[in-house]
Amino acid sequence: MSALTGGFTDPAIQSAQGFRILMQAMAHPGTIHDLALAAPPAPLGRAAGTVLLLLADPTTPVHLAAPAPDLAEWLRFHAGCPLSDAETATLALGRWSDLQPLDRFPVGLPDYPDRSATLIVELDRLENDGPRLTGPGIKDHARLSLPETAAFRANHARAPMGLDFILTCGDQLACLPRSTIVEDC
Amino acid sequence: MSDYNFAYLDEQTKRMIRRAILKALAIPGYQVPFASREMPMPYGWGTGGVQLTAACLVPEDRLKVIDQGADDTTNAVSIRKFFQRTAGVDVTTDTTEATLIQTRHRIPETPLTQGQILVYQVPIPEPLRFLEPRETETRKMHELEEYGLMHVKLYEDIARHGQIATSYDYPVKVEGRYVMDPSPIPKFDNPKLSDSPAIQLFGAGREQRIYALPPYTQVVSLDFEDHPFDPSKADHDCDLCGASASYLDEVITDDQGGRMFVCSDTDYCTTRTGMGHRGRLAEDAA
Repeated sequence: MSALTGGFTDPAIQSAQGFRILMQAMAHPGTIHDLALAAPPAPLGRAAGTVLLLLADPTTPVHLAAPAPDLAEWLRFHAGCPLSDAETATLALGRWSDLQPLDRFPVGLPDYPDRSATLIVELDRLENDGPRLTGPGIKDHARLSLPETAAFRANHARAPMGLDFILTCGDQLACLPRSTIVEDC
Repeated sequence: MSDYNFAYLDEQTKRMIRRAILKALAIPGYQVPFASREMPMPYGWGTGGVQLTAACLVPEDRLKVIDQGADDTTNAVSIRKFFQRTAGVDVTTDTTEATLIQTRHRIPETPLTQGQILVYQVPIPEPLRFLEPRETETRKMHELEEYGLMHVKLYEDIARHGQIATSYDYPVKVEGRYVMDPSPIPKFDNPKLSDSPAIQLFGAGREQRIYALPPYTQVVSLDFEDHPFDPSKADHDCDLCGASASYLDEVITDDQGGRMFVCSDTDYCTTRTGMGHRGRLAEDAA
């Protein structure tokens, strides 16, 4: 597949529809949504590719946790985003193990906690089971198959500073903002 | 439709606003700076709300716009027409039918449901601004959770008037962390902010700030143990539909001291009237 294909076919409408799903996911942490409007080069899933096209542009440095020449070329063409190291990234993409250690990413400033990175984490499995989630956006509690809990607990402990996570698996995604409390079950 | 890009704004601008919305949802009550654009309407007419609505709209949306509860006032009509023209979306005045509601200074009486989005137009997003004019200082106060000054202001109200006299723009605390300005909604509406199933987004165009309340977020109006928060309203029933629990506007009807009280939420009042409810002056109005 060429780097020229797989982007939005109708950017204004598709990015509006895609963002609406992403916003619902961020507003309801732990809920799983389908989002597959773009087709990035394999092995990246369509949900992760769509999120990148929704959020990345020339003003957002993107960090790729593992080398991915096809994806880098695809992003440069469709999003025009600069690729950066972890320390200056606005968005980061990778598998959970490749993104470690997490303390490389900007977590915002005490007076500007929004200046933090959003991490797009590709997982092999995304289901509503496992650790228990509570907090803003969650009515009672939710469950989500997270790769671990310690890192997310440490991230929440730093709130309002911290990282926000978009967890993707194939055509599906769920969000885990810093405001969410994660407990082992 | 017209020759505008979908929902007027260019894609780069919408992406910038959308990134700010996601950060705002991740940090409930915190004001995220954004690069507010000039809109084809003056500041003070809802440019912040309009930019949020533009960034959130999808073609399938049914949009409702209210101004002080009314669907038929100038601000509401012009914003509704703006999005009909630039986004081609359907519009409605029915709160239950709407998927996205842009509001100026009211929360609809009809309870919102999950999936709905409520966009507020905000003139001054900083709750501490009239106590401390310097942005550098108020930002530091939020950082340190230094909110004592706000309680001093409420206390001074009590010392001077015997009660907390702030009746709109009443400060709230979000999830025990950020003190937030709920926009100039009457304090009667404050309880509806908390634990709402809808997503609530706040946009201040001139002040270039976006903040948000995700659904089911705890929002507490500031008060004192011996002066608890009181979401008061005029002590009347609606004169058109007889509602006893809706927020009322007082309308002067003559120069002899005649007056009537009517629901500020026109959709709520019309719906109730349609269901056969009648108030004290319903015949006169018909």
